[in-house]
Amino acid sequence: MAGDVARTGVTVVSGAFLGMPAFPEAARAAVHDATLRANLRHATRTIRDKRARAVAELADFPQLRAAGHAVKDHTLRHLDTYLLRLEAAVTAAGGTVHWAADAAEANRIVTELVLATGEREAVKVKSMATQETGLNEALAEAGIRAYETDLAELIVQLGHDRPSHILVPAIHRNRSEIRDIFRAEMGGWGRPAPEGLGDDPRELAEAARLHLREKFLRAKVGISGANFMVAETGTLVVLESEGNGRMCLTLPETLISVVGIEKVVPTFRDLEIFLQTLPRSATAERMNPYTTLWTGTTDGDGPRTFHLVLLDNGRTDTLADDVGRQALRCIRCSACLNVCPVYERAGGHAYGSVYPGPIGAILSPQLRGTASGIDASLPFASTLCGACYEVCPVGIDIPEVLVHLRERIVQGGPVTRAGARVRIRPARGHAAERAAVRAARLLLDRPTALHTAERLLARARRLRHLPGPGRAWTDTRALPAVPAEPFRDWWRREREPQR
Amino acid sequence: MRVALFVTCVNDALYPGTGIAVVRLLERLGVTVDFPAAQSCCGQAVYNTGYRYETEPLVRRTARAFEGYRYVVTPSGSCAAMVREQYPRIGRRAAAEGRGGELAELAAGLAPRVYELTEFLVDVLGVTDVGAYFPHRVAYHPSCHGLRALGLGDRPRRLLAAVRGLELRELEGAEECCGFGGTFALKNPDVSVAMGVDKVRAVGASGADVLCGGDNSCLAHLGGLLDRRGQAVRAVHLAEVLAATEERPWPGTLRERGSRW
Ligand code: SF4
Repeated sequence: MAGDVARTGVTVVSGAFLGMPAFPEAARAAVHDATLRANLRHATRTIRDKRARAVAELADFPQLRAAGHAVKDHTLRHLDTYLLRLEAAVTAAGGTVHWAADAAEANRIVTELVLATGEREAVKVKSMATQETGLNEALAEAGIRAYETDLAELIVQLGHDRPSHILVPAIHRNRSEIRDIFRAEMGGWGRPAPEGLGDDPRELAEAARLHLREKFLRAKVGISGANFMVAETGTLVVLESEGNGRMCLTLPETLISVVGIEKVVPTFRDLEIFLQTLPRSATAERMNPYTTLWTGTTDGDGPRTFHLVLLDNGRTDTLADDVGRQALRCIRCSACLNVCPVYERAGGHAYGSVYPGPIGAILSPQLRGTASGIDASLPFASTLCGACYEVCPVGIDIPEVLVHLRERIVQGGPVTRAGARVRIRPARGHAAERAAVRAARLLLDRPTALHTAERLLARARRLRHLPGPGRAWTDTRALPAVPAEPFRDWWRREREPQR
Repeated sequence: MRVALFVTCVNDALYPGTGIAVVRLLERLGVTVDFPAAQSCCGQAVYNTGYRYETEPLVRRTARAFEGYRYVVTPSGSCAAMVREQYPRIGRRAAAEGRGGELAELAAGLAPRVYELTEFLVDVLGVTDVGAYFPHRVAYHPSCHGLRALGLGDRPRRLLAAVRGLELRELEGAEECCGFGGTFALKNPDVSVAMGVDKVRAVGASGADVLCGGDNSCLAHLGGLLDRRGQAVRAVHLAEVLAATEERPWPGTLRERGSRW
């Protein structure tokens, strides 16, 4: 479904003021959808409080956060070195490494690898990288069926839906909606839902288990991503809660992992940091139930063939930007989504990307560029309240990057695309705003002129409804009463004479 | 002690009562207040909307306007955060772009001298009981920049707790953003209002008759919603609460008092 997301994203453009069409309009529908609002509010608030408690348990969490930040920054600075080291280690352990510059190349590599096995089915571990490349759609075009095995991802797939959360892609669905999807759709993909399926979470999980079990036992090809890759040993790591990942990673004969190049860490020991911060930040667990580590292939144990597809898809370009590159530290824990008041109300789909919420707002416009309406609107989809930065376990200053990207959009400037340094022009649709900002700045830089303007304002005190862009304010909010005189005049009258 | 008041452009033009309250409060505590007339706007909205170059003249102006003052006090958490967090960043970027170190020096010189009002009261003057009287049920909304960028912590609540006659009410979800966000309120009006409505509902549930905060821009957004929804709650800046005494009570909102102070 990722392909759909990207496509709809670019087409949503129309003429809201300030050149801001895509996100605001997509969010409008969500804001007024009472069921969605209730689902999101309930889900994000529950996990928010649990995360805070799980993190507070660790006295050294701030140090772990700083360490995670430092390890990631170091790795990114020497990314070339560590990727080559990783390639050597994986190869030495019996795996094959492929390099994919973009989504299309990654999809082509994976498709060819699957076709070469003679299979037309694959089971999948939940993976953001393959969502990003739209792998399932690419495989479908080649006649290969990819089955999602993560419960929430299964709900999205069966519902012909799009993911709306990094960790819980079906967070926008409630129990009864899930029951309806299972009843209507499971039969078309394999074992149908049991007769009279109710909406008790245990019943739903059991239905999914039965449906998936036959796929695990039959599948010859598994497809995954990875949370971490260790350069030193060539080890890949997947953290999960349901055990479906363990099945996909161990039962098939062939395993293909598609992983973003920023997921590498230098040494095995570095995992010590992230295996503490990731589960607590993500699911508020001290430790996630299943952690699978594998290094190449092992005779008589697990897949006989292992392929690692290293995905760039805009990451090297992002790395070239000294402010924006911190987004590559992200370990996809979702904590920033769960605390974000904008995400809670707009929902994940409004972000027009597989990466929603605050991290999506800084990652999508960097990976995809800012040319489309949605990507040019994402950096503005935030009040800069800072809640995301506060919880991020690798200390990504999301508000800083948001403002930096806003700058790129309204002012234009240097940016790296496909490895080349280019200067992008200010985005269209901001011309009126730019003129207004310039006028305001000229006024604000001249206190005498400002003073005159303030006095004019004081004379126009009866305003109740503003025209033009100001309507966005007065349609729903009363204007503050305008005082008879500005502070300056009071000061001049009451205090200046005493000096 | 002599301090410079950095009143901020929003307060100058729309909330003079807040500026006046700071002057009276500080004078009552024995502080001499100056108002350097060369000040205008810190540039926060311009910068946060992405216009860094247009912000630079305002950084220069603000830094120059307050040259020579050991303490620059402002009744706005977000403007204080702008100067303290963003000014040095703007200076560094100008230097990195090969435009010299002047802006960075000005920013570094000003940033540590700027105090948000409650920081100045609690940390510099060392007072939490400022001798105020304000007989109302008050809910306090800690605006995001004060809360997270400046780390004001419980300073505002400690000051409020010491006000005679004041009953501090719990505000559910107090730490959550109100949805103002500068130009966010105009660019994403639906989400902005949805957040604001949740906030004013919580204010209603708190049983307060006054919503107090340290940033008039957030209060304008919330006050505007309270007003349109017909909720009998008034949005009042913390400085006005702290300035009120039995002898000189709070004069009411601007709408109630007309043009008189
Ligand atoms: S940006 Fe930080 S908080 Fe958000 S998903 Fe990534 S690591 Fe987690």
